[in-house]
Amino acid sequence: MALSRRHAMNFIAIMILLFFTAFFFVPIIWLFLAPTKTDGQLLTESPFAFGSLSTLAHTFHRIVTYSDYSVLIWLKNSAIYSFGGTALAILAAIPAGYALALTHFIGRRLLLAITLVVMIMPATALVLPLFLEINKLGLYGTIWALILPFGFFPFGVYLTYIYFSATIPKDLLAAARIDGAGEWRVFWHIALPLARPIVALVGFFAFVASWNNFFLPFVMTYDSSQYPIQIGLQQLIGSTASFNPANYSAGSSIVVLHRPDLAMAVIIAIAPVLLVFLFAQRSLVTGMLAGATKE
Amino acid sequence: MSVPSAAAVPGERMRRRGSRAVGKRERPPAGSSRTAGYFFVALYVALLLLLGIAPVVYAIYLALSGSGSFGSSFVDAFHDYRFVPAFEHILEFMAIWLVSQTVFVVGLTLMLHNQAQRVGAGFRFLFYIPGALAGAASVVVWLFMLDPTASPFAFGLHWLGYAEFNNTIAPGNLPAIFAIMAFWTGAGAWIVVMYGALNNIPHELIECAQMDGANAFKTAIFIKLPLIRKWVVYMLVLSFAAGTQLFVEPTVLGSAALGVGVSKYWSPNQLAWFLASQYDEFNEAAAISIVLLAMGLVVAGLLVWRGRLFEVE
Repeated sequence: MALSRRHAMNFIAIMILLFFTAFFFVPIIWLFLAPTKTDGQLLTESPFAFGSLSTLAHTFHRIVTYSDYSVLIWLKNSAIYSFGGTALAILAAIPAGYALALTHFIGRRLLLAITLVVMIMPATALVLPLFLEINKLGLYGTIWALILPFGFFPFGVYLTYIYFSATIPKDLLAAARIDGAGEWRVFWHIALPLARPIVALVGFFAFVASWNNFFLPFVMTYDSSQYPIQIGLQQLIGSTASFNPANYSAGSSIVVLHRPDLAMAVIIAIAPVLLVFLFAQRSLVTGMLAGATKE
Repeated sequence: MSVPSAAAVPGERMRRRGSRAVGKRERPPAGSSRTAGYFFVALYVALLLLLGIAPVVYAIYLALSGSGSFGSSFVDAFHDYRFVPAFEHILEFMAIWLVSQTVFVVGLTLMLHNQAQRVGAGFRFLFYIPGALAGAASVVVWLFMLDPTASPFAFGLHWLGYAEFNNTIAPGNLPAIFAIMAFWTGAGAWIVVMYGALNNIPHELIECAQMDGANAFKTAIFIKLPLIRKWVVYMLVLSFAAGTQLFVEPTVLGSAALGVGVSKYWSPNQLAWFLASQYDEFNEAAAISIVLLAMGLVVAGLLVWRGRLFEVE
């Protein structure tokens, strides 16, 4: 009796898990199958049917060449903003996290507290104040309007602080100092070589946050040639016939996109982050837990 | 909705381990100089001042220095006919999102924790992947999912009585739709975090409960749940702060012309941006962003100083 009840409960649990698996994963499967089909096939065939490779190639070509290769320009912009921001984030966060964990200076605790508050506060809360300030400084419309805010990454400072607190005994550094190594040498030759995993982790989180950011580039860019791919996606919705039928009139000179084209654009837009998610899964989860799991 | 900075979460344990590793450490490390500390934090502090503190100070200045009397920008913002509806929208959105996220994330984590290690890891990975699509991409994906003519969930949409895309995205449905989008991209990360927190529970404790006759369900509810309660609170508070900032979802959904029900000032952040970009009402926009910022700041401050999740030593 007890056994059968346990089986029943297990069965229900598996059913619920499968339901949520469908919820989380069906949209992604659909997304990857959509560009293999024509818009007509999307409506008539099974959502999980595979179209053809030639249609996929055709869709890819359509979206890449659309509007004078806009998608490639947006990707290039995303890369410039994200890599620029990530590089700055690493340059600023690694030494700062190190100093907070392993050196002593007046204001250290205050800086740590402010870092935590800014880290927990949603980044979007700063976007409009930032826009007002950047506008005033005359940086609006330049790449710095995005790279600088992306480079300000308190979460990276916190991760580095945790990492150095946990992994490097202060005695080790003290011994090096007694042996005559200067502060810079201690950081460069002892701390940094041990910090490779945390540099990768901060870089990873900063990159994903910058690449996926929508609100900041939305307010900081004004011309299609400056858009990152996230804003580009929004532009593409406007050219997609099924979501904006007004653009789709007979004889119109506007090049109209269809659902498979838009799906292809989404895949191109998320590809870099998705690859990182797939291949860096282990370190990603480690970072998220920041040591919470048992090793 | 951005991926929760869930990421931030249980740093506590690692920090505690760190504390053990270096013992009690209030003394400055031998031989280290203060100047070195200043040198290492210089770039970060410059960015913090320029991009964290200065914009807030400038926004406060703008909000208080409008053309009218002191604080009139706030009064103007509060009396704007779009102000109250915008806050009502996000409150409705958050009520749906926070309740469902709490129930499902906790429920799914507890269920996964009962499965074999490998099975649980597989599910966690599948739930986590949509996080890669955070931002505009997830909204576009859900545009497809909510379109009854092409969606793989068409049978469900038809069952609910939605035959066309603009039926699905009727104004009354928007809070629920944005809640689904936010849950889809964010829940997986929280499940990973909660699962990590569950793994911190001593195995002996669970074994004792089982020896005392507690079944899997009772163990989950009476042993595991109370022990991860603080992470649940943490998730709720952080999600609340993030929810007030809603912007991407209504903005991107609104760019589908069929989404006529999504106004350009559906959420408070959208309203602030609308006032600044369309009417050059920078003072009023600054006032709204200060209100939103204050909500985020209060929540963050409470967590840091009262929550004891991030002890500042």
